[in-house]
Amino acid sequence: MALLEVRDLHVRVEEREILHGLDLTVNPGEVHAIMGPNGSGKSTLSHVIAGKPGYEVTEGQILFRGEDLLAMEPDERAAKGVFLAFQYPVEIPGVATMNFLRTALNAQRKARGEEELDTPSFLKTVREVAKSLNIPQDMLRRGVNVGFSGGEKKRNEVLQMALFQPSLCILDEMDSGLDIDALRIAADGVNALRSPDRAMVVITHYQRLLNYIVPDVVHVMSRGRVVKSGDKELALELEASGYAQFEDAA
Amino acid sequence: MNLVLAKTDTGRAADNVFTAARDRLPGAGPVADARAQAFAAYERVGLPHRRIEEWKYTDLRALVRDVLAPADRPDAAALARAKAALAREAAGEAAKLVLVDGAFAPDLSDLAALGEGVSVKPLRDVLENGANPAASDLLLTSVTDPMLSLNAAMVTDGVLVTIADGKTLDRPIQVVHVATASGTAAYTRSHLQLGKGSRATLVESFVGAEGATAYQVNDAVILWIGDGAELSHLRLMTDADDAVNISSAIITAGAKARLNMFNMTGGGVVSRYQGFVTLAGEGTDLSINGINLLKGRQHGDTTLVVDHAVPHCTSRENFRAVVDDRGHSVFQGRIIVRPDAQKTDGKMMTRALLLSDEAEADNKPELEIFADDVSCGHGATSGALDDSLLFYLRARGLSEKEAQALLIQAFLGEAIEQIADDDLRDFVSGKAERWLEARR
Repeated sequence: MALLEVRDLHVRVEEREILHGLDLTVNPGEVHAIMGPNGSGKSTLSHVIAGKPGYEVTEGQILFRGEDLLAMEPDERAAKGVFLAFQYPVEIPGVATMNFLRTALNAQRKARGEEELDTPSFLKTVREVAKSLNIPQDMLRRGVNVGFSGGEKKRNEVLQMALFQPSLCILDEMDSGLDIDALRIAADGVNALRSPDRAMVVITHYQRLLNYIVPDVVHVMSRGRVVKSGDKELALELEASGYAQFEDAA
Repeated sequence: MNLVLAKTDTGRAADNVFTAARDRLPGAGPVADARAQAFAAYERVGLPHRRIEEWKYTDLRALVRDVLAPADRPDAAALARAKAALAREAAGEAAKLVLVDGAFAPDLSDLAALGEGVSVKPLRDVLENGANPAASDLLLTSVTDPMLSLNAAMVTDGVLVTIADGKTLDRPIQVVHVATASGTAAYTRSHLQLGKGSRATLVESFVGAEGATAYQVNDAVILWIGDGAELSHLRLMTDADDAVNISSAIITAGAKARLNMFNMTGGGVVSRYQGFVTLAGEGTDLSINGINLLKGRQHGDTTLVVDHAVPHCTSRENFRAVVDDRGHSVFQGRIIVRPDAQKTDGKMMTRALLLSDEAEADNKPELEIFADDVSCGHGATSGALDDSLLFYLRARGLSEKEAQALLIQAFLGEAIEQIADDDLRDFVSGKAERWLEARR
């Protein structure tokens, strides 16, 4: 069974249709890249999969392991294993990162009927993952993302991914605002999480990120649809020729 | 139309209540005269209403209507119910001074725990002692306010606490006001005097015993902080959901004193905490903070006047309100800087979080500055929880209520973290957490 199946998805935001019949099938173990120009609907797709309010699905469906994802609250989706790494992770003053991580992890475990993680194992896991991502301990004591640089915010997203162990990771423009070193650290963290049970959807405007996270499938989105799919060579082709050809095709 | 007919119903009701109660109120001679004068002062205004500027947002004539008679002195059954309520209010190792339905209850209090350098007297004893010429002064304050006048007219008891110069209290003093009676009022007044260089922690708690409903509390506390003294003050009001609580604090601080104060309003259907702080000696630091947690149809008003009477004092005010359902939160803060009070540093920040469309918050900050070399400021915001933060937390697995609770805790934390004492801070955090849990 496909992990994620998006069928004929039509989505409106305030009376304007953004996605016009999008199809996408992602199997466990696969890494898909979704590329496309600004305004093609890439981020809308990621938001709808995660359950962000404000989007109206007028037609089509999204199945996650065969279940109707659109019928679930955002927190139910998270507990089922859907993870969105935000393009712009928010700052939450007054909520210490460590407290946030523990609350979120335990909420997901509780929703799945699992025991809460005991404090020593939790701390040990967080410290190990943080170390591998070059995240200093004092960052974990600060408010969530408060005073973090762009790179630190993205690494904090990868930290959560590693901690929650989701089965579907959607990375929304992970490369935006990152210099090459920060990008490498974040990408290494993502690559470490690749596994036969887990799929990733990497949304990006630029091919650059795909040098670090090499996809199995590349899709080109334009004007609310997937207009072409291929292997990683397609990304290189796009880098050379640009999106203009697809704008016309759509 | 004659004058008697022109009186409002409210005015007549209070008149009857005072006339009926005056013979059983403690104190004769000058004390009784002071009561009569105070009642006359109250009657000139009656219950404050919206046309009185200071009470604009808390119209007691519309919200309360009646002035209730003082409760009878508690009997054994009432004291037993008060004792059960006290067990829930234990603030760490505090030595308790307990007032039940407006009467000091020595058997429920920890007088022996206070040790040397601290004296405690029930106000009633002092008022009844005709030999003390200063007794009637205990009913006077520098502040003119109708509810404070009503308090002076009707007061039945309270505690007079004196802390000797240089004394450091090793345990907090907790004055606990417990209501057991329904449909009556407690009028209490307490004086706390901190000697020079002394250090103390004072907790004031207001609670209702099981089954106490529709009661009123009118309390006044008069604090004198000596030069170089340090006071941590925490007030926690969690009266019954249909109770009325009007409390006034009149605080005067000497030089080089440190005051760290916090108020939590988390009960009552109508409440007002009005604080009048005068910084009367140079080099004093005041930090006064608080939270209002309101739901249902609760109306909670915090009104503060901080008077910088001398140079070189610092004041910080940080207030947060969380308002759900049809709750109504009011914050009025006035900073006065007298002409001589150069180098004053006074800042005030108030923020309200509205959790429902029908919740309301009114913020009224005022600066009255008569000196030219000062640094003063204020800020006020009100709004809903940030949707983008809520979605982020929900996308990480938190339910809507859990996500809200985490953000509300963070919001309140900005005020709660100002509490200097670790135990008191944890105590307040726990109270706030329980309030949030009850919402889930």
